[in-house]
Amino acid sequence: MFYREAGQYKTSYKADSAIFPILQDRIAIWFYLAVAFIAVPLFGSEFFINSMMIPFLIFSLAAIGLNILTGYTGQISLGSGAFMGVGAYSTYKLVTIFPDMNVILAILLSGFFAAFIGMIFGLPSLRIKGFYLVVTTLAAQFFLEWAFIRIPWLYNYNDSGAIEVPNRRVFDIVVSGSEASATTRYLVVLSIVVGLTWVASNLIHGRIGRSWMMIRDMDIAAELIGVRPLVAKLSVFAVSSFYCGVAGAMMVFLWLGAAEVESFDVNQSFLILFMVILGGLGSLIGSFMGAGFIWMLPIVIRAIPKILGLDINASTVEHINFMIVGALILVFLIVEPHGLARIWAIAKQKLRVWPFPY
Amino acid sequence: MSFDVGYTTADGRTIGGVLMEMKNITLRFGGVTAIKNISLDIREGEIRAIIGPNGAGKTSMLNVINGFYHPQEGEIIFRGEHRKRMRPYQAAKQGISRTFQNVALFSGMTTLDNIMAGRQLKMHKNFLWQMLRYGPALNEEIEHRRKVEEIIDFLEIQAIRKTPVGSLPYGLQKRVELARALAAEPSLLLLDEPMAGMNVEEKEDMSRFILDVNDEFGTTIALIEHDMGVVMDLADRVVVLDYGKKIADGTPNEVQKNQDVIDAYLGVA
Amino acid sequence: MDFLYSLFVGPFVDMFSTPDFLLQVLWEGFVTGTLYSLIALGFVLIFKASGVFNFAQGIMVVFSALTLVGLYQAGVPAYLALLLAVGVMALLAIGVERLVLRHMVNQPDIILFMATIGLSYFLIGLGEFIFGGETKSMITEQLGLPTGSTTFAPFGGVLILQHIDIAAVVIAAVLVAGLAFFFSKTRIGRALRAVADDHQAALSVGISLNQIWAIVWFAAGIVALATGIMWGARSDVSFALQIVALKALPVLILGGFTSIPGAIVGGLIIGFGEKLFEVYWGGLLGGGVEGWFAYVIALIFLLFRPQGLFGDKIIERV
Repeated sequence: MFYREAGQYKTSYKADSAIFPILQDRIAIWFYLAVAFIAVPLFGSEFFINSMMIPFLIFSLAAIGLNILTGYTGQISLGSGAFMGVGAYSTYKLVTIFPDMNVILAILLSGFFAAFIGMIFGLPSLRIKGFYLVVTTLAAQFFLEWAFIRIPWLYNYNDSGAIEVPNRRVFDIVVSGSEASATTRYLVVLSIVVGLTWVASNLIHGRIGRSWMMIRDMDIAAELIGVRPLVAKLSVFAVSSFYCGVAGAMMVFLWLGAAEVESFDVNQSFLILFMVILGGLGSLIGSFMGAGFIWMLPIVIRAIPKILGLDINASTVEHINFMIVGALILVFLIVEPHGLARIWAIAKQKLRVWPFPY
Repeated sequence: MSFDVGYTTADGRTIGGVLMEMKNITLRFGGVTAIKNISLDIREGEIRAIIGPNGAGKTSMLNVINGFYHPQEGEIIFRGEHRKRMRPYQAAKQGISRTFQNVALFSGMTTLDNIMAGRQLKMHKNFLWQMLRYGPALNEEIEHRRKVEEIIDFLEIQAIRKTPVGSLPYGLQKRVELARALAAEPSLLLLDEPMAGMNVEEKEDMSRFILDVNDEFGTTIALIEHDMGVVMDLADRVVVLDYGKKIADGTPNEVQKNQDVIDAYLGVA
Repeated sequence: MDFLYSLFVGPFVDMFSTPDFLLQVLWEGFVTGTLYSLIALGFVLIFKASGVFNFAQGIMVVFSALTLVGLYQAGVPAYLALLLAVGVMALLAIGVERLVLRHMVNQPDIILFMATIGLSYFLIGLGEFIFGGETKSMITEQLGLPTGSTTFAPFGGVLILQHIDIAAVVIAAVLVAGLAFFFSKTRIGRALRAVADDHQAALSVGISLNQIWAIVWFAAGIVALATGIMWGARSDVSFALQIVALKALPVLILGGFTSIPGAIVGGLIIGFGEKLFEVYWGGLLGGGVEGWFAYVIALIFLLFRPQGLFGDKIIERV
């Protein structure tokens, strides 16, 4: 009843081609942004911001990166964890080689390193597709993991083999490191994620995004229409890895504070793939939903027994989490391959016609 | 019939010079020869039909024309230029677009997006503008949207503009595919069995669209079709293939009387 | 110069100066290769019959071994536990067919593939939930498998062959021969090859797809159990093995997704290759190259022969 588009006539192709053509959607987006930028920093607790909002946003960005590759272009990848690592390690090198560099700039620059590495490992996609590509992305995953361990230059020859985040200021505010407040880090993460999501949305709705979807739906026809596979595929690997790289850099610099190679292993790649599947292949909003769901699920599973007064140890929680996630993946792929985003869309459709569905 | 500068058709249209010439094309897959030493030309403004029994090499011929298969022997001259081994997207760039035997639409995208996809090569704004979707990139998008709407009007598919093509009935999918091919404003349009699986009414619609395209935009059309009635009505010249060889080439009337053609279709007793 | 020497000359000098050590390395490579082949084999079985790229095959290896050991630790006698583990794999096969495959007919391959990733996560969770997450050792002796070793002295050196390794190779050979017989000589085998060729055509001559799928997943489960026992006896049983099991994927790239001989040859190439590379060249790169060698070989191979060693060249049509 409230979610109605009646009376909203579009009088130009510009209005009709807009990304959110319905007024209520535009209002909702501004509302969410206001909550995220104003209400959360004002009223959110340290735990809520640091353990829920920041990782949620960071994983959302990584999921968007993988969704651009898998959901929009149909190239499945199990290397997103490693590409996040490329972002993190290159940020670390940048801020230690150039101590005066703006750390936010370093994080964004590191995305370009990840994009470059992503393009190299994306090269085989020009000749192969589907399952074969899974193997080449696994090659990227394991080779890069090895590099993070065996090339000590990457972690400045630390004995621990870990990268640790120095305290760095931007405009006299400590942004990264142990002294940075959760709220500051949250606002930086939020700004980057919102900005990059906006860019992703623009790309997807334009010529370049269409060329990616053409490759996904029918690569031969795409080429016969004039899409250059080389350009389309390498550009998507670059963009996707850029997003993953920035997400990885933020994960270490604006959330964890330190990281070892385990943070970027193949399980991380799986988790991000699951976020994309559960959220919805080929949906930006779905990437947020999937990331939120996968991140919040173990927190909820931990909380429920506490509320019920049961005592369940941490490893059991983890096992149950595995089972639920695995089973949900199966259920979603069987029942709703387009994920949470489609369920959301169906709900909106219902709302649009409510209370007179016929 | 061999003319150096075109001819006039039965219905009085003037056909221009040679747009594309294929000389002694041979295409093999391993030990199988799909096309044996075929030569043919396509002239500016004409509707050229390629017919023949199943497996005669018709679709392979189209695939050679738009660069998807590379013939082992022979040469192709397009608009007076010798064509080297080229990739399909380069053929598209030269103005060749096509539809497919089994509909090859982008099933996850809407009708509108599919047709916009056809304008891929006409859009040039770079990555940075695309990222911002502002200024030139947005204007470009809107401008092409206008062109696409003209094609949508032309093919009478306004109602399905925002429908994902995967859920459309077959006849409409074929029409969307034609729209997508037209969106590229091709100089040579290849249609691979545009009327396969259609009922009489849909066939009549499609025939009308093909004639209108040829008439209004002056597009040269090469089409493969099994329905002889349609071919005889539409085509200016017909080439007949059988087992990868050319057995006849000429006006519909000439071809119809050719003994080899009759043998190929009815079998030799 | 030094680097080039240690890249192109040094390793070969090492190989021929201590031939007994080279033999030992080759033997190790052979045994690991055999086990890779077995994982790949289970994979090929499923891919041929149902077109599903079963990412969970490696997890099934660990899951079956874990079930066996877990049952034994719960007090079930070893041989009964083995029997029960076979039963569990049968249940798993039926379950997968009933609950997953049956509902996913006609879905794109990539969706089915992602479903098997979901399945592997579920199996990891289930296995650890029931049997606990800690590392277990395989009940090698209790199952009557040999545990000793024999020392040979070729070229005046030392070559140690573990009996369990010999047993692994023999069992693998028997398993492959048995499967080959099953598929070429029995009625079910013929039906299975028919399904592999064309689902629709097989259905039209009265073959039950569902039954065939369950049988194939069960066969793959048996192969997984055998692999799990062997592998568990060589190292330990834990889900860390899944990383090793993933190496079946590059093996498949080499051998082709549908070829049983391909799976065996591919497994051996990877097994030999990675051991030789690790021992003789690994030092140059700082060690640990076993982790990615197989994938990089597969990647290079893909660029030149995407259809695998035994696959047919694919002609694309429109």
